Amino acid sequence: MAVLIYAENWEGKFKKLTFELASYGAQLASMIQTQLVAVSIGEVADEELLKLGNYGVSKVISLNHPQLQSFDSRQITRAIAQVAEQVEASALVLSANNSGKALAPRLAVRLKAGIASGVNQLPTSISPFVVSKKVFSGGAFASLTINTTVKILTLLQNSMELKEQIVSCTIERFEPTLDGGLTSPKVLESHKHAGKILLSDAEIVVSGGRGMKSADNWAPLLELAELLNAATACSRPISDEGWRPHDEHTGQTGKIIAPNLYIAIGISGATQHIAGVSSSKCIVAINNDKSAPIFESAQYGIVGDAAKVLPKLIDALKVIKNK
Amino acid sequence: MNILVCISNVPDTTVRIKLADNGATIDNTGIQWIINPWDELALTRALELRDDPSSGVKQVSVAHVGLVGAEPTIRKALAIGADNAYRVNCDPADAFQTAACLASIVKNASFDLILCGIESSDYNGSNVGGMLAEMLDWVSVSGVSFLKVENGSITVNREIDGGRETLQVQSPCVCVVQKGIAKEPRIAAMRGIMQARTKTIAVSEWNGAESLTTVASYQPPKARPSCKFFDADSPEKLLEALQNEAKVI
Repeated sequence: MAVLIYAENWEGKFKKLTFELASYGAQLASMIQTQLVAVSIGEVADEELLKLGNYGVSKVISLNHPQLQSFDSRQITRAIAQVAEQVEASALVLSANNSGKALAPRLAVRLKAGIASGVNQLPTSISPFVVSKKVFSGGAFASLTINTTVKILTLLQNSMELKEQIVSCTIERFEPTLDGGLTSPKVLESHKHAGKILLSDAEIVVSGGRGMKSADNWAPLLELAELLNAATACSRPISDEGWRPHDEHTGQTGKIIAPNLYIAIGISGATQHIAGVSSSKCIVAINNDKSAPIFESAQYGIVGDAAKVLPKLIDALKVIKNK
Repeated sequence: MNILVCISNVPDTTVRIKLADNGATIDNTGIQWIINPWDELALTRALELRDDPSSGVKQVSVAHVGLVGAEPTIRKALAIGADNAYRVNCDPADAFQTAACLASIVKNASFDLILCGIESSDYNGSNVGGMLAEMLDWVSVSGVSFLKVENGSITVNREIDGGRETLQVQSPCVCVVQKGIAKEPRIAAMRGIMQARTKTIAVSEWNGAESLTTVASYQPPKARPSCKFFDADSPEKLLEALQNEAKVI
């Protein structure tokens, strides 16, 4: 028996979310009194793989197969399912990111496993297996019972504290049996946004809405973000108007994020916007309308015009940083 | 090429969800039901392709798993322009059951491309598309933000962590689509509404597919403490609170 996590890598390196996953997996494994195993796909140096041992992973199963080099969810599903069967995984945990969302449902069918997606806490009970998840885009929570022997969970990014737990960790190579006759999607082009803090990875996000008045007023917002080492986001009208790129749109139909701190500047807080940010640990709102709904979701607020408040906030932050 | 768009029937995204029977169920009174926003965008893109002769797309169908009460939503999809519709008469308990019902429709028809929205705005699962693909043993691409079909050849953009890939995909395949797939959802015109009345909704009975999960109960979201306001002229007080109270900077 084991809890199995899918330890995704980015060009051979793990990210914070990989260790969040391990931290979650280790606590889940101790609840069901079993070991924590990780599966890694692609070329990752042993030194990197062994870092998982700092977060409770006692075994890493490493796969490197030419047919797994491009992200074909059908092939990767087969490979992970074979590992899950070999270690007799009773629970499989993936990140609720792009690849986790692509793999988890396929694995659920392959392993006949019930799935709870986008969880942000440990199960409340193991037998029956009950875990809480957000539904109606944050309008309610559901206690979901998984009725199958194997359970699959996807974990929201930034919802789990890293919990160091050093254990002795071994690496095992695994050769999956793949169907050579299957045609994978062919990658024609690939774009990477280099050097930018990813919205999904960011612990702090600074976001602007209509109250910023014009695309030309974004400089102070960007300066604030840089000072805070934050990613930048925006509300839907802003990306629709082309003031900011579409990949910054945060909200129900855009990106759904859960940073530690979300600073909403000139955003009124429509239901659809809140749906994308309601899991943030702390929301700060700066808006000139005291009755704006954003203040219902915010922990801290300043009533004022963005153009006037931002420079003062930046100055105050510089004072703190220079201390 | 024939496209199937899977549509979910969800509460209007602006309604405040109310619980009933001590959280055992959702209170449905007064809720207006709509096509799940992402599915509506998927349908819009499918129709754009069908209306473009160079795409090779001949027909766009929609499929829904649900009871007869969802038919107004299905009629709306037909009014927007879908050619025909399928409904499996089953009130699904989870994504697995929904996908299994959809698979039964697909196995008895000939579709080359299936589009599903990235998630439904009610259960936020993001599971049906991938499950359906695995049940059919088809290729699936998730996070699709752009879809082009030319003479039956499919090109998509897929959003990945920190970037984007352009892929060429062979049919049959399932594309799970998200923001970017279409600009604005297409709106039904009077002519479409009239035509929708005579289009067929093929109803099939539940095929016995089971669910793997059940909702034990619902809880309202935790009430957030009321907002603490700071004076616009002293933002240092806000920063102090963020540092010492919330401990987030």
